Amino acid sequence: MNFDVAAEADKLTMLGYGLLAFVVVVGGLLLLLDIVPSWFARQREQRLAMAVAGVDPAAPPPARRKPREWLFGLFFLLPAVLLLLVGLVVPAIRTVLLSLMDGRSESWVGLDNYSWMFSQDEILSVLTNTLVWVLLVPLLATSVGLIYAVLVDRARLESLAKALVFMPTAISFVGAGIIWKFVYAYRGPEQEQIGLLNQLVVGFGGEPQQWLQNPPLNTLFLIVVMVWIQAGFAMVVLSAAIKAIPADVVEAARLDGVNSWQMFWRITMPSIRPALIVVVVTISIATLKLFDIVRTMTNGNYDTNVIATEMYNQAFRYGQTGQGSALAVFLFVLVIPIVIYQIRNLRKQREA
Amino acid sequence: MATVTYSKATRIYPGTERPAVDHLDLEIGDGEFLVLVGPSGCGKSTSLRMLAGLEDVDDGSIHIDDRDVTHLPPKSRDIAMVFQNYALYPHMTVYENMAFALKLRKTSKADIDKRVKEAAALLQLEDYLNRKPKALSGGQRQRVAMGRAIVRKPQVFLMDEPLSNLDAKLRVQTRTQIAALQANLGITTVYVTHDQVEAMTMGHRVAVMLDGVLQQVDTPRALYDQPSNVFVAGFMGSPAMNIKTVPVTEGGALFADMTVPLSREQVAAAQADGGDGKVTVGFRPEDCDMVSPTEGGMPVVVELVEDLGSDANVYGHAALNGTNERFVVRTDRRHMPNMGDTIFVKPRPDRHHVFHAVTGNRI
Repeated sequence: MNFDVAAEADKLTMLGYGLLAFVVVVGGLLLLLDIVPSWFARQREQRLAMAVAGVDPAAPPPARRKPREWLFGLFFLLPAVLLLLVGLVVPAIRTVLLSLMDGRSESWVGLDNYSWMFSQDEILSVLTNTLVWVLLVPLLATSVGLIYAVLVDRARLESLAKALVFMPTAISFVGAGIIWKFVYAYRGPEQEQIGLLNQLVVGFGGEPQQWLQNPPLNTLFLIVVMVWIQAGFAMVVLSAAIKAIPADVVEAARLDGVNSWQMFWRITMPSIRPALIVVVVTISIATLKLFDIVRTMTNGNYDTNVIATEMYNQAFRYGQTGQGSALAVFLFVLVIPIVIYQIRNLRKQREA
Repeated sequence: MATVTYSKATRIYPGTERPAVDHLDLEIGDGEFLVLVGPSGCGKSTSLRMLAGLEDVDDGSIHIDDRDVTHLPPKSRDIAMVFQNYALYPHMTVYENMAFALKLRKTSKADIDKRVKEAAALLQLEDYLNRKPKALSGGQRQRVAMGRAIVRKPQVFLMDEPLSNLDAKLRVQTRTQIAALQANLGITTVYVTHDQVEAMTMGHRVAVMLDGVLQQVDTPRALYDQPSNVFVAGFMGSPAMNIKTVPVTEGGALFADMTVPLSREQVAAAQADGGDGKVTVGFRPEDCDMVSPTEGGMPVVVELVEDLGSDANVYGHAALNGTNERFVVRTDRRHMPNMGDTIFVKPRPDRHHVFHAVTGNRI
């Protein structure tokens, strides 16, 4: 392919500007971070020196220091607040407003989009699918991760065994989707199979199946991909939690007479409960928002659609911004209780 | 109620050459309070953990009564242990912590309740039964750990430095409580500590270990009065015994101008086995007197005086065969010398300990 520098000059200039702007902003921030605290430190030193020297014993009144520190705090808060506002709060409000408007965002339709959502058979199947995902993925991924973490704990080659299971976590959802699409690939019985699963089936004398096209099992095959990715994450976190159980507590339990089963249920499980909650909640949220796997593997066809893909399809493929926004808001509402539960748990832990 | 017998019990940690516990032979009587003491790394905790079943026994055997428990899992040994960090179950209340072992044994609810309440009353824990361990002070946690052991009514109690996480005052208080509790319950107890004061005050008998080898087992008094070697002599007692290796003559051991008299047998023993004309002599700080210059004491220049309230420790040095050697003397507060003074120290007759200069064994 030819690359005409002259024709791309505009874009290159833009790129140059962009890079420059990036350097200026980041550099400026770093500079400020460097200067401001040392400036404050110098001020304080001077005041301290004056106080020690007895030059000005009355000043400074402590009341004057407070607003300064408040300002100082605000300075650090500002970038985060700004980004949250621009990137999260404003779009969220806008999405809620859009969900109350029609497909072209021109007139108000009230809650029509929501009543549409719960009256269409396709959308109800989307909601059912999402429910199946949210119930199965956290349960399966956490169980697999936990069982694996317990089994390899203090085994030989533990780190290797853990690395093997953790690796899928590093793969992007899209990458994983494509990998598993090959695993599930279908060729007619007369052809040579290129998919691992069908090759196995044929090897055992079965008929090749169109795994991804037959509901309701196809959703389960997609779920396997998500579990494959998330089990590694669950395993790593839970393994760390298991290792954090004090050795003498385990020994005390052994002296008290627990068998392996009781050790797991009465000592290990209660000890790693906080980590378990974090894992389940994190995976639940990731699953609720799931988009990539369905999009790459079935594109939501064959009755495998979930909320996020349907939202995307409505808003950007069918031009139904209102209905897409309504789905987005509904997804948001579903995530909220999980987040609240998580925050309450974290707070409880901090108090404990 | 049970006896415990170690027979040539040996533990070699994988990847190491030297045994952590080397052919330990030890018999602990029914109802006895035996203290295992020694510096860190001496194998005392390992010995205890071998008895608990938390550590493998590589050679030899361990019996509880006549039962060979050498290779039994911990739960089949009927022992209870109090850990240094208490090892309470953080997710259970005090009550549940104490009831856990009984629950696993399928003891009836009423029986569990009775025994937990009894133990709680004994340890003044009644008000805390519904609390979680993290809501308790260090001393209370320590008592819960004790309670957890008591409710089991085991054959043997094991305690691994249970007082080392308490502050000094509480430690002294709890020390006497544990000793009294053990006397009441009459359960055979093995207690590990690095603190020789705990060993002296609590144990019916004390076993001193060094480098995995048992040095001496005896009553605290015998251990103090008749240490079998230099290590035991130096380890038991605070401040430590003055132990010096000096030339030996027909008349005794030569401390500069002073001669500590030795018997003919002692002189002969000192010169056997490559003694090389030297002998190791020790005398405790409280077993010497400050005498007047004419009475034949050893001149010691005072460096430091510790006034303990009840009496005082005087630290100083004396020139001994060309080198400065340090000495400690315990004295009455009324005769406290000042720093820089020269005092004349004389061991009381027959209160000194004589050891072979090379083997370190008592002569």
